[in-house]
Amino acid sequence: MLYDIPGPRARRVNLIVSIIFGLGLAALAWWVLSVLASKNQLTGEKWSPFLEAQNWTTYLLPGLWATLEAAALSVVIALPVGASLGIARLSDHGWIRWPAGIVVEFFRSIPVIILMLFAFELWFFAFDAASPFAAVVIGLVLYNGSVLAEVFRAGILAVPNGQTEAAFAIGLRKSQVMTIILLPQAITSMLPAVVSQLVVVVKDTALGGILVGYSELRRAGSISASNYGNLLPTYFVIAVIYIVINLLLGNLSTLVERKLRTRRGGPVVEIEAGAQTDLMAARQEILVLDEPGSASVMPQQERGFDTRP
Amino acid sequence: MDFSFLSDPRYNVIGAFWMTVQLTFWSAIGAFILGVILAAMRVCPVPLMRGFAGGVVNIVRNIPLTLIIIMMSQVIANQLGLKLAVREAGVNPQGYLDTQNFRLAVLGFIIYTSTFVCEAIRSGINTVPPGQAEAARAIGLTFTQVLGIVVLPQAIRAVVAPLGSVLIALTKNTTVASAIGVSEAALLMNTLIENEADKFTAVFIVIAAGFIVLTLPTGLIFGSLAKRASVKR
Repeated sequence: MLYDIPGPRARRVNLIVSIIFGLGLAALAWWVLSVLASKNQLTGEKWSPFLEAQNWTTYLLPGLWATLEAAALSVVIALPVGASLGIARLSDHGWIRWPAGIVVEFFRSIPVIILMLFAFELWFFAFDAASPFAAVVIGLVLYNGSVLAEVFRAGILAVPNGQTEAAFAIGLRKSQVMTIILLPQAITSMLPAVVSQLVVVVKDTALGGILVGYSELRRAGSISASNYGNLLPTYFVIAVIYIVINLLLGNLSTLVERKLRTRRGGPVVEIEAGAQTDLMAARQEILVLDEPGSASVMPQQERGFDTRP
Repeated sequence: MDFSFLSDPRYNVIGAFWMTVQLTFWSAIGAFILGVILAAMRVCPVPLMRGFAGGVVNIVRNIPLTLIIIMMSQVIANQLGLKLAVREAGVNPQGYLDTQNFRLAVLGFIIYTSTFVCEAIRSGINTVPPGQAEAARAIGLTFTQVLGIVVLPQAIRAVVAPLGSVLIALTKNTTVASAIGVSEAALLMNTLIENEADKFTAVFIVIAAGFIVLTLPTGLIFGSLAKRASVKR
């Protein structure tokens, strides 16, 4: 706890600070609204297009579908790619381990847009046809495959050593140890990390709308906006859609994590708190928590100071 | 492979990466300051501030950066009239537009990245043993003193490595500024592969190498900084 349970004086101070801060927020909100009103952004005709079915069926829903489609396909392909790279990085043979390591580090240190642009040209060169969809999916697979490789590696390393030793002791071969002992335990433990990586993928599909011209939600929305002349309301609605989707995914990740904590079994791999991002995923610190239910394990979302027991 | 475009005066590779570095530098400073403020608000005793900071963080980091940057330019600047540069009459407006877009992009990156800085610092605050804050309170320090003199310095030292990851991600994220016409590395690559389509592999290698040159040392420097800064307990 950074502060004591407030006594009468602290409560008074808190109240005063709250009132000042609240008034500040209210003033800010009032100012924003008055700017919006003075620029004619709050008028009915700017917002009514969202009541028209046509706006949704022609622009927004196809855009949303394109976003989800690219994200889903990327994850489905990136998972096996990440698993193979992650396992390859743990190989006993240097000639497998090193190339895998270089591939993973290479694709993690390059911006996704650059990968998408390259994939776009590569596809065009190979098949003589432009495919923004393929460019987006390939770019996302290369990047997220590398990020997931690190998640897989951390997950496998988090399985207690005794498991491997016991498996060898009963005479299993290396490949058997990996496939029937380590992987099943690792997969359950890293499920939360994989689900939070979904948020990153969903957000990154929006990169496909700028240089390679994939008509995902943001791009579809900008076409709708130029049609109805309501840029601000359209981007507002799109932002809300993204926030809802990603909050749901984030909650799913926490839920899965909590489920896994309460059941007995392997440890839970956790990516650093801020990692629901292109971001940390870059070179994130993967924390490997030891035992479920031990003192160091607290629900990830609720680790604010005030909740510390 | 043909790297002849490197000596072509039409393409300023060094200039584009310099722009990437500038974007990263100013955004990093701003994001760090705003991130610390948000983190302080998230742990402060006033419930309204805690809720506000938490809400901001959860909203901002769930919006794609692309959307934020494009909104900065098309909505905040063009529709609501935010001006971050001075437009002089009679001068070529390109200079004004360049400065304006650069500053809008930096502002967008600051807003987006500060939420991740906030989360990193908050997780650092959790690594500071409760005894530190208790002892600080016991000698009569106020909340701002406890946070500013005792807890935050230790918390930030504990999260040097994650902050390094945030910085690397920010470096890569600056490519999104190409969406509003800031002439950095991704926009250069776009121009290059439009004009020199047959050399796209060479172009990719050059741009990729540029980013590796930028991000690899950052990772190494922050790794060794983290070791030196870590609090011995």
